[in-house]
Amino acid sequence: MGRITLDKVRKAFGDVEVIPPLDLTIEDGEFVVFVGPSGCGKSTLLRLIAGLEDVSGGQIRIDGEDATMVPPAKRGLAMVFQSYALYPHMSVKKNIAFPMKMAGMPQDEQERRIASAAKALNLTDYLDRRPGQLSGGQRQRVAIGRAIVREPAAFLFDEPLSNLDAALRHGMRLEISELHERLTTTMVYVTHDQVEAMTMADKIVVLQAGVIEQVGSPLELYRAPLNKFVAGFIGSPKMNFLEGEEAAKRNAHTIGIRPEHLTMSTTEGAWRGTVGVAEHLGADTFLHIHPDSARSETMTIRVDGSVTARHGDVVWLSPQEENIHRFDETGLRIA
Amino acid sequence: MATQHSRSAARLMMAPAVFVLLVWMLVPLCLTLWFSVMDYRPMRGTFDCCEGLGNYTRFVTSSSFQDAVVTTLMMVGGILLITVIGGILLALLLDQPIWGQGPVRILVIAPFFVMPTVSALVWKNMFMNPVNGLFAHLWRGLGMEPIDWLSQLPLFSIILIVAWMWLPFATLILLTSVQSMSSEQLEAAEMDGAGAFSRFFYMILPHMARAITVVILIQTIFLLSIFAEIFVTTGGAFGTRTLTYLVYQRVIESQNVGLGSAGGIIAVILANIVALVLMRIVGKNLDA
Amino acid sequence: MARAITTQRKITLTAVAWIIALLIFFPILWTILTSFKTEADAIADPPLFLNFHWTLENYAVVQDRSDYMRYLWNSIAIAVGSTALGILIAVPAAWSMAFVPGKKTKDILLWMLSTKMLPAVGVLYPIRLILIQTGLLDTKGALIVILTLINLPIIVWMLYTYFKEIPGEILEAARMDGATLRSEILYVLTPMAVPGIASTVLLNIILAWNEAFWTLTLTTVDAAPLTAFIASYSSPEGLFYAKLSAASTMAIAPILIMGWFSQKQLVRGLTFGAVK
Repeated sequence: MGRITLDKVRKAFGDVEVIPPLDLTIEDGEFVVFVGPSGCGKSTLLRLIAGLEDVSGGQIRIDGEDATMVPPAKRGLAMVFQSYALYPHMSVKKNIAFPMKMAGMPQDEQERRIASAAKALNLTDYLDRRPGQLSGGQRQRVAIGRAIVREPAAFLFDEPLSNLDAALRHGMRLEISELHERLTTTMVYVTHDQVEAMTMADKIVVLQAGVIEQVGSPLELYRAPLNKFVAGFIGSPKMNFLEGEEAAKRNAHTIGIRPEHLTMSTTEGAWRGTVGVAEHLGADTFLHIHPDSARSETMTIRVDGSVTARHGDVVWLSPQEENIHRFDETGLRIA
Repeated sequence: MATQHSRSAARLMMAPAVFVLLVWMLVPLCLTLWFSVMDYRPMRGTFDCCEGLGNYTRFVTSSSFQDAVVTTLMMVGGILLITVIGGILLALLLDQPIWGQGPVRILVIAPFFVMPTVSALVWKNMFMNPVNGLFAHLWRGLGMEPIDWLSQLPLFSIILIVAWMWLPFATLILLTSVQSMSSEQLEAAEMDGAGAFSRFFYMILPHMARAITVVILIQTIFLLSIFAEIFVTTGGAFGTRTLTYLVYQRVIESQNVGLGSAGGIIAVILANIVALVLMRIVGKNLDA
Repeated sequence: MARAITTQRKITLTAVAWIIALLIFFPILWTILTSFKTEADAIADPPLFLNFHWTLENYAVVQDRSDYMRYLWNSIAIAVGSTALGILIAVPAAWSMAFVPGKKTKDILLWMLSTKMLPAVGVLYPIRLILIQTGLLDTKGALIVILTLINLPIIVWMLYTYFKEIPGEILEAARMDGATLRSEILYVLTPMAVPGIASTVLLNIILAWNEAFWTLTLTTVDAAPLTAFIASYSSPEGLFYAKLSAASTMAIAPILIMGWFSQKQLVRGLTFGAVK
């Protein structure tokens, strides 16, 4: 079981309130991702759940029991750190065994769990090595192995992939997702990378300045962002925002349109502009367009990789009206 | 960045160290403070209240006090000057690619291992003795009159002996610092047209600033209490009586505990002023 | 720097470095050589470098005159004892400062360091008096405690700088893994900090071994370490250079040998952890 409830949880460092009172429920078995720009309080929130920081107010319940004052080791949670935090002086095997040794688990049970974790994580051949002799991806797996053997109520991940290169990151993303499918244990995952959030989460929690901006499934967030911040944060490349006349025409203060919801023509359309930088990714091409009327600085459009457009070409853009997001002056979505 | 629980554990774990140092500092200091206002001369059996500030005025107004302060400053300053400048030069030299870097480094740090009584005695007798010392042999060999180092140039001689013992330390810290200088930075400076001297003064020296402060701080801590070197060489004669040594003489040799204690308190106050100034500087540099 | 250095330049630099290094080392070398000379050879003019009559008699004379082994044992007991006691008190304190820093941490650290600046002479008489009253004057126990106290600030400071290099996340991981404070320090922190602790231990053994103020003023016979053994040669007595050299060599040899064997840790320790 692993149902985590945050009830008016608040955190201040001295006079600085980094997390104003906040409510959140993480259901058992859910994969929840905290996402937001750096400094938004997502890691602090995770550390509060872990018990590595004291809350300044409110209550944390794990499976209904008040865990607010329970020390980290007694909460039944396991954590994977950004730096992996492996013990450099211990072999892989001893690293994985450490939490069981601390819990005083019988030797044969320890051996059994190490063997099965090592098998699941492809670490069987490396059990006698030291962390310093492993690659980044292997260290990551050891850190996960150390978490798995405890059979925790929930896993906490603190930006676990940010130290890996792009290719490895993609592989590990799949591995963690598969792990979740197999174990069906609650996972709380912190990242600043919205791609990780979109691809892995059952439920995304978008944070800004310690405040939850929106909670929902990846597609809910993509289709119906509650405000301009979420709209701009989720989706890549970023949503284009326009103000003024075009927005007023649609009864809004600001309108947003995603690059993939614009169509381009060389002859006709709603907005005329010139092509600036063209980013060719192969399958797709992102074009940065300078509109003639300076309602927005540049607009990004996603077109098929076969489209040839060069710097300085004049093009016309048209939005798909049904995919326009409307926001009022405070940045909130207009339904 | 921690929980209430770990913070209280931290306080508990820090307590023994803080407590023993506090006791170590306060108890003797209070006793000294008490003795310093008494007429306390154990050899004569006097232990009379109360001199008030009499001991202090007598100690401060005596000419030996002013001499001792000057001697202390010159000694510490001289040693610092030699070790810091010598250390910088040696560090730059040892940073160069040479054959046998390891053995050279061992030879250079060896004097630090020698206990002060040994080095003082060896220098005094085998090098600085005006008749049989090695320097005397050398001077005679060059056709000059040998120098009686410890009576003609006593302060300089002691500075030399102590500087020899501390030069390895300064060299080692400064060498570590030079080696941590990024060579890319130096190459960039070279591309920008900086010559060897500008590279030294604008790049290397500022980079070493922190290490130099550390050298000065640690050496000052140890140098303010130089004792054995004076004890076995001149015994405080010939203008080599530092404040530390003067107080030692008053308390132990002439057994005037009241007067000596007043001197001790003054020494503590002066040392604290020096400490305060140094701590300010280092406290700032520790963050970097 | 990845650059070709001319051989000639390297030869010149090597020569200069070796000459300076040998000059710095010379007093020690000369002392060791003299200890094997006869007293007459020791003051020969011009000085004899290697072509003298080698003899061990000085060592025998020095041993006869004062019981070297007893002084040696006292030195070892005092240096090792005070270092061990210091480490025991300093490890928890340094842990607190490095991993649970508060607003006052730096002030406490600087205050500790400042007690090191307290001129020992200012408190010498009261300490002597206390030791006389309690019958602890001239005992190893008293010296161990005093040397622990005077070196404690340095030990705390060094351990603090070494501990700070250890990422706090690893200790947090241990805490998440269910380690108590004791096992966190015993199984995770200490093994990771072994090089730093070794450096600290070595440096403090040297500092305690060479400490000459308290050892000279608080001992007479029973607890006198090698510093006092040597000080007894401070008044000249006829021809005594060779004997002085033999005694000096015996006093510094243990530390020199230890220093050469543990060069790497020691060099690290000598920087007091202050410079990386």
